[in-house]
Amino acid sequence: MKAKLVDLVPPLLFGLAVLAVWELGVRALGVPAIILPAPSAILLRFGSSTPTLAADFLQTIRGVLGGYAVGSGAGLVVAILIDRSPFLRRGLLPLGNFVSALPIVGVAPIMVMWFGFDWQSKAAVVVVMTFFPMLVNATAGLAASGAMERDLMKTYAADYSQTLRMLRLPAAAPFVFNALKINTTLAMIGAIVAEFFGTPTVGMGFRISTEVGHLSIDMVWATIVVAALTGSAFYALVALIEQRATFWHASYRSREN
Amino acid sequence: MKNVLPVTTVLIALLALWYAAAALMNAPLQTDAFANAGKTSYSTGELVVASWGMERPKLPAPHQIVAELYKLTIATPPTSKRGLIYHSIITLEETLIGFLFGAGFGVGLAVLIQSSPVLNRSMTPWIVASQTVPIIALAPMIVVILNQFNVTGLAPKAVIAAYLSFFPITVGMVKGFRSAEPLQLDLMRTYSATRSQTFAKLRAPASAPFFFASMQIGAAAALVGAVVAEVTKSEDGGLGARLLAGSYYGQTVQIWAALFAAAALSAALVGLIALAGRLVLRRMAFVR
Repeated sequence: MKAKLVDLVPPLLFGLAVLAVWELGVRALGVPAIILPAPSAILLRFGSSTPTLAADFLQTIRGVLGGYAVGSGAGLVVAILIDRSPFLRRGLLPLGNFVSALPIVGVAPIMVMWFGFDWQSKAAVVVVMTFFPMLVNATAGLAASGAMERDLMKTYAADYSQTLRMLRLPAAAPFVFNALKINTTLAMIGAIVAEFFGTPTVGMGFRISTEVGHLSIDMVWATIVVAALTGSAFYALVALIEQRATFWHASYRSREN
Repeated sequence: MKNVLPVTTVLIALLALWYAAAALMNAPLQTDAFANAGKTSYSTGELVVASWGMERPKLPAPHQIVAELYKLTIATPPTSKRGLIYHSIITLEETLIGFLFGAGFGVGLAVLIQSSPVLNRSMTPWIVASQTVPIIALAPMIVVILNQFNVTGLAPKAVIAAYLSFFPITVGMVKGFRSAEPLQLDLMRTYSATRSQTFAKLRAPASAPFFFASMQIGAAAALVGAVVAEVTKSEDGGLGARLLAGSYYGQTVQIWAALFAAAALSAALVGLIALAGRLVLRRMAFVR
């Protein structure tokens, strides 16, 4: 994973080209701001509404982080617990895979009803959304250590918890991080969509749905920029931790093709 | 089929847990209801049974949801706006139209990226980055913008469904086109195959497992897109509109019924694609 600076040039040029076409197109064709504001207008709005955007960010991120930590943590713990019983594993895994394909965001109205309008209900939606990907991935990860290594642990007379700590959890780490990365996006989606169903008058999802109602589309875009930056930063942070923690894994040692 | 027993056991355990949770969560409400009705002496058993039959419980018991589903599907004519079949068909239409466009666009973009090194180098980082962006946040705005162009009805929601489904499909297909073995790529080179021949004869067939996997993800994403779009534009009906209406009026049983209908739709779509995938992949002699 040696990122060369040269590799960054084409995507940066592409991004700048898209922004330039957008800006020029909007100005040349006179596209009204309620349909598509120019990037410069969005940037201006971003600058002038920073306090509101910051308040929305703080409100939403509480639900995102709270739910992410609890949901991913619970998924990992349950995966470790059911790992001891092949029967439970065979029973829960197909269900976990099944639930992962369901439109779980739909539980948002129920959670808002149970936990109220504030960030707790958003965190609850995120918990439900992030739990199953972690459960499925961590279970697969715990089965990932090779038979040879397990035999070796047996010859060392290692007990269950030692094998778990020294062999199987480290071997599961790439899978766990995969789930953690998937869950960053899911957590953002869960928290924002849950805010469409009711919030105190602050939060990114709330801002988007009300400003759309007022047709101030530049504010909507500014909020989306915040959401995009937050999502990317969250993902990048987890990816960075992954790189540090699982540097030994094949995907970081060999060059990607 | 060796999983039938464990899965059934876990399902039964979950049902039992659900009934226990319903009793616990609804009991305070039911106690108030008894007090309001002037009923002062009742056994715990009575309280528990009553908490499983409330009209607006905090958590409806499973049999209440089943009864509601029965009432709204089989006992209601399919054309009735009060029935779930009417709304499910709306959601299914949006999902399918959106999914078809999203899949076509997604595969097309993946082919473009695969065939042009310039596009590949300039776009791949953006596509990876776009995966980390909560694109669903755009849904309400897309609805409003399309409204300005007099695009109403099914179309705006299908657009959002397409939009949500095309990202995972592009990513999956790009990965699939690159999944051909280096050995086989070398073989094509010794045959002096052109880029497009290598694509048609090796890369495209090699991507088949990725195709079906990304179609499953794409279909599920399209349904989520359709449902969320219906929440932001609820006047034309659909399962998302039912969710929103239920949350406005505190009709918990209605919310759960709509949720189960959406889950069934999603499961059916993903299951059909998985089945088709298994048949095709077996015929193509991919290991199964």
